[in-house]
Amino acid sequence: MSSFSSLRIGPSSGRGRGAAGLRAAVGSRVRRVAEAAVTPLELDDVLDVFSPLRAGGPLRGRIVAVHPETRDAATIEIKPGADWAGHVPGQYVRIGIDVDGVRHWRAYSLTHGPRADGHVSITVKAVPDGHVSTHLVHGARPGTLVHLEQAAGEFVLPPESRKLLFVTAGSGITPVIGMLRNLFPSTDEGVLLPPRGADRDIVVVHVAPSQPDSIFHDDLVALDAAGAIRLVARYDDEHGVLDVGTIGDHVPDLAERRTFACGPSGMLDALDAHHQEHGLELFVEQFRTSRVEPGEGGTVTFSTSATDVEIDGATPILDAAEAAGLLMPSGCRMGICMGCVLPMREGSVRDLRNGAITTAVPGETDPRGVLVQTCVNAPAGACSIDH
Amino acid sequence: MTVMTKKPENPTAHLTEADVEQIGVELDAIRQSIIDDRGASDAAYIRRMVDVQRKLELGSRAVLLASAFPPAWVAGTIGLSIAKILENMEIGHNVMHGQWDWMRDPKIHSSTWEWDNASTAEGWKHSHNEVHHTYTNIVGKDNDLGYGIMRVDEDQRWIPMYLAQPLWNAINACFFEYGIAAYDLELGKNLSIPKEKRSEEFKRRARNTLTKIRKQATKDYVVNPALALPFGGFLPALAANFTANVVRNVWSHSVIMCGHFPEGVETFERKAIPDNETRGQWYVRQMLGSANISGSKAMHLMTGNLSHQIEHHLFPDLPSNRYAEIAPQVKALFDKYELRYHEAPLPQQVGSAWHKVVRLSLPNGFMTTTTPKNLPSQMKLLYGMATGGPKVRRAAQARLEQQARRIKAAKAA
Repeated sequence: MSSFSSLRIGPSSGRGRGAAGLRAAVGSRVRRVAEAAVTPLELDDVLDVFSPLRAGGPLRGRIVAVHPETRDAATIEIKPGADWAGHVPGQYVRIGIDVDGVRHWRAYSLTHGPRADGHVSITVKAVPDGHVSTHLVHGARPGTLVHLEQAAGEFVLPPESRKLLFVTAGSGITPVIGMLRNLFPSTDEGVLLPPRGADRDIVVVHVAPSQPDSIFHDDLVALDAAGAIRLVARYDDEHGVLDVGTIGDHVPDLAERRTFACGPSGMLDALDAHHQEHGLELFVEQFRTSRVEPGEGGTVTFSTSATDVEIDGATPILDAAEAAGLLMPSGCRMGICMGCVLPMREGSVRDLRNGAITTAVPGETDPRGVLVQTCVNAPAGACSIDH
Repeated sequence: MTVMTKKPENPTAHLTEADVEQIGVELDAIRQSIIDDRGASDAAYIRRMVDVQRKLELGSRAVLLASAFPPAWVAGTIGLSIAKILENMEIGHNVMHGQWDWMRDPKIHSSTWEWDNASTAEGWKHSHNEVHHTYTNIVGKDNDLGYGIMRVDEDQRWIPMYLAQPLWNAINACFFEYGIAAYDLELGKNLSIPKEKRSEEFKRRARNTLTKIRKQATKDYVVNPALALPFGGFLPALAANFTANVVRNVWSHSVIMCGHFPEGVETFERKAIPDNETRGQWYVRQMLGSANISGSKAMHLMTGNLSHQIEHHLFPDLPSNRYAEIAPQVKALFDKYELRYHEAPLPQQVGSAWHKVVRLSLPNGFMTTTTPKNLPSQMKLLYGMATGGPKVRRAAQARLEQQARRIKAAKAA
């Protein structure tokens, strides 16, 4: 909406501001007439038909290429819509993509620095039974429209730090590779060492199950060979599982470096304990929030009314909430009219008709929440509902 | 027709309680098979439908800029009529049923959709999704039975006003969207309440509906004709929009009449429905209370797949593009349990529904007892019933029904 909403200045505020004010006033009038001509649609709905990536629409992108990295990882190159505000290497983007017809949202690190062609890329590793990552790696096709949010995240290079240590495991390398590629562009002539990266002293400790499964292995080796970084690659099948407590053995000047880590929570927890013990600073990035396994019943938190209701696994949320005195939207009470639908931010519910589980994970599912029918769903563990 | 429980032969008499529950189990299995299978191609279907509809509507409106030129008027009006029908039937009706909610696309979702119609999505979802689909064909609970202005069942008491119902029905067909909006607001009931006693909820809904109607009318009768003004086409464009709205209204009214009104569709007595109706019992009521339209793929599309009204009423939240696929399984189930799968071509169903509207505009038994010979005396009787008080009506009604019974008995013998 941003660029069009800037045109939504009222006609009075446009007066006396010269050509720009006049244009804004005319733009606002034109838009109002156009809205009146297409109601009950919004003008955006109509423009979306012809130009989904235009300025002023909801932020989207189009997949332009899929580059395989390893047998189960790929880099997805995306042309973002006109309103893409850019990003800083190390940040992530939330992507909404339809898998088997259902929209899913996931966050992925941006693995290129800002590029001349304006494209962005994410690198995805297909995780077992992760059907979004599997779809992106093996099923994503150029031309597909995806939904985007603006880049976000604090896991970015500090401009003032010279000596850095990156500790990454598995796909935890993705935000780091974005930073490294930005500092040291890779070209046909090899890795470049431009002045902006020259005064950095970077060590990368990268852990992966095996060398062929290691995303960006070749890039890391090339960066190491060019002298841009010092790579400590640790492969479980070759070197055994890395004990994070021994990180000082691999990085003798550990105390002088600022540590940035990204990877599974086990590794991050161990590193945190180690650094606390040694009084060292640590910056971490973690993608997957811990996922609650669906169970039987649980506490349902109604966020707007700040009420918690304990509900068993066989009672519809609607009935239990009403019994607890909440005024709930309701309808047929049998799952057919959709009059009781509410957004669930977090947690799992079970459809009492067929046992199907619906889960909402902040950061992974729709930012506005996953809509659930409260009349036919019981909680499957704790969940939070907007009402 | 009459409520099922008062009929000489109850079409469900041969079903045991266990049969009814088994029907529920088998229908649930059909429903689940579609849920397990729905996916990318279904999502692609509705997105394509929305895309085609929007392009057709915009294209037709563009052509109507030149509507001062008669061939452009004809082409644009046909295109706009089709676009409006698709928008209301295959897209709006079905999206607002939540058939596409599983895609989790906020743009194609029952909670966000607003349609090209005088009634608001909110009002319609209440009266249609909730009241009509839950209490289908229960006399006194499902207002879709005659929309509160018509008598469509023998068990609704006859009053003189019903003599005009064929006329009401014809007018309602032309302005159906406004009829539906009034019906959603329960306007008849609410307007009879003194102004100061009307509920805040009603006032809010009435305001929303008026806003909606104003926006709709501004689009069709002011802004779009005004855009044709530079080409000298204000009035032709206005006429084109009016025509398209009437075409859409008459078409959707006809399709909807076919869903529950044709002769032979069952209605139900309020007190015959148990308070804790089981899923099986609810399914059986939907099965007997709906009727299908047979026809081509294009027919199914233009009716928003309400040609599969039986399947739709059993599974209102399954994607409409799948009804044709499960229809044979549903029909096999009807056959297995010896129930009538009510299906006929459009003209036949529309004719049957209109026949019922006309027949029930007259007192029960009037048509049976009337012959060319006794026409003058019958008309006199009818005049008496229409002008006399309730007492006169009751007495005449009893005589008519007695005569009708005698005639029927004589025919049977």
